Amino acid sequence: MTSIFSQIFTVIMMNIRSLPRRLWMSFAATLAISVVVAVLLSFLSMSNGFKKTLEGAGSDKTAIITRSGSKSELNSVLSKDVINIITTAPGIVKNADGNPIYSAELYVIVDGIKRTTNTKANLPLRGIAAVGIDLRSNFEIVEGRMFEPGRNEIIVGTAILREFSGFDLGTTVKFGKSEWTVVGIFSTGGSAFESELWADARTLQSQFRRGNSFQTIRVLLEEPGNIEGMLEAVKQDPRLILDVQTEIDYFKEQGEALSGMVNLGWILSIVMSLGALAGALNTMYTSVADREREIATLRAIGFSNISAFFGTLAESLILSLIGGVIGTLAAYIFMDGLTTSTLGGNFTQVAFSFHMSADLFKSGLILALAIGLIGGFFPALRAARLPVVLAFRGGA
Amino acid sequence: MTDKILYDLRGVSKEFVKGKEKITIFDNLNMSIKEGEFLAIMGPSGSGKTTLLNLLGGVDKPTSGEIWFNDSRVDNLSESQLAKWRAGNIGFIFQFYNLMPMLNAERNVELPLLLTNLSSKQRKQSVATAMELVGLSDRAKHMTSEMSGGQQQRVAIARAIVSDPKLILCDEPTGDLDRKTADEILSMLQLLNRDFGKTILMVTHDPSAATYAKRTLHLDKGEFVEKELTT
Repeated sequence: MTSIFSQIFTVIMMNIRSLPRRLWMSFAATLAISVVVAVLLSFLSMSNGFKKTLEGAGSDKTAIITRSGSKSELNSVLSKDVINIITTAPGIVKNADGNPIYSAELYVIVDGIKRTTNTKANLPLRGIAAVGIDLRSNFEIVEGRMFEPGRNEIIVGTAILREFSGFDLGTTVKFGKSEWTVVGIFSTGGSAFESELWADARTLQSQFRRGNSFQTIRVLLEEPGNIEGMLEAVKQDPRLILDVQTEIDYFKEQGEALSGMVNLGWILSIVMSLGALAGALNTMYTSVADREREIATLRAIGFSNISAFFGTLAESLILSLIGGVIGTLAAYIFMDGLTTSTLGGNFTQVAFSFHMSADLFKSGLILALAIGLIGGFFPALRAARLPVVLAFRGGA
Repeated sequence: MTDKILYDLRGVSKEFVKGKEKITIFDNLNMSIKEGEFLAIMGPSGSGKTTLLNLLGGVDKPTSGEIWFNDSRVDNLSESQLAKWRAGNIGFIFQFYNLMPMLNAERNVELPLLLTNLSSKQRKQSVATAMELVGLSDRAKHMTSEMSGGQQQRVAIARAIVSDPKLILCDEPTGDLDRKTADEILSMLQLLNRDFGKTILMVTHDPSAATYAKRTLHLDKGEFVEKELTT
């Protein structure tokens, strides 16, 4: 057994040492694999960053209530009557006065100019009350101050400030016929809320002629994740045509907006992988041809065909692993932390950063090794089946 | 040389099929090699010398007939059994040396020992002994590409003898060397046969190379046509 391992190890080391003879071909195969991995990880890190941004906004201590079937805040409308009924449902935390803690919010779309393309894009302007701000974890004013109720003042998320022009502190912006002053910049720890503009809900209702309607309400849950009481209330009362979700589940659903992008990434990567696979096969068949006499000589000496097989396979796996590492590093260097914005589930821009994670590194390396495994398997079989008599053929 | 038969070929035939044509290399070939012999096999191209060497070396199998080595039949062994058998009994010397260019001389010589259970220290000792025997102790660390043809063939000889095989098979061992170097290599083979009792079978075109052997067989169209004894 020791002998088999030492044979395999020796053949692997010899193959590696003979790589300079096939330098450019091996380099091309490695490069092809690294490009495939980098492309895949670019797509996945985009989706990962988008999901992370959205899911970071959610809390299991908060439930979000929207009109049934609306799928997003933008499409939802809730009347004050409905809000009054649902907020009496069990499971909602009460304040010292015995009133339920909830935030009725308005969600309208305004225009912003993207810094990168200088084009218009939809931005969410959220009408919110003080209690709503308390429901957001990690909220802090990083510059300026909070808006004052009753005044046309807005505070701007840090991602908006970074990705869109015209929202600097102190500037006046015009939405429709109304003018608003930027009085503060806020952060919520990198979550999707930073891609929003916030104003006083009542002022927004008045300026955008929304009467007394809202779009969503957020309630503070007595027990994190437990929305059973509200679901039961919705089931029992025919006036309540509502969807109730924890905020975490809501944002998870919104995060699916980029799932198509992920699928595209995989399809593109698989198609490219076929090219890389052809390159790997070609490289490894050339390697076997290049080492034909060496393999046959070792076999004549008494080395097993298993060592020839694994030696070739290992060379392929090593090359693909190098390609995989280069690809993941390239994706990490060029993609991780790259900020951009895209349309979220509310047809508004969500600014987010590409995010590489350990799982993505693993996916990249697995893809590279899969290419190496398939690309090396058949040439390895050929190496194992090479006739030993080749050792006796002429030619120096 | 003893009277013990080391190798025995009994009614060996070898055929190849090329397209629709069947080519017979040997038909009912019989021969035996005694332990301690230095046998040269000569013959023109296409006479079957290399095929015979392949059969004796266990790298090819006869179409029919039996090959016995040291009282054991070897022609019916599986590929992996043959590999083990070769590792334990045969040392090969090739015309073009067949050294591994990415390894230095002593690593090349060590290769057959990797198939044994010897410790690293024991392997080093055996390699040093073999390198000394071929007169290359001072070049053990050199890459074989930095060596002359004669030196490379001496490394190949060290590799062939390092695991102390019973039989050394040489395929035109001096075919790529000048006369003077060829004589040095042949003298070395003679020494291995005479002083270390190695059985040597050498396939060669070169009549002067054959004079180093104790016995020469002439092969033509798959048959031994004449036997000539040398000293």
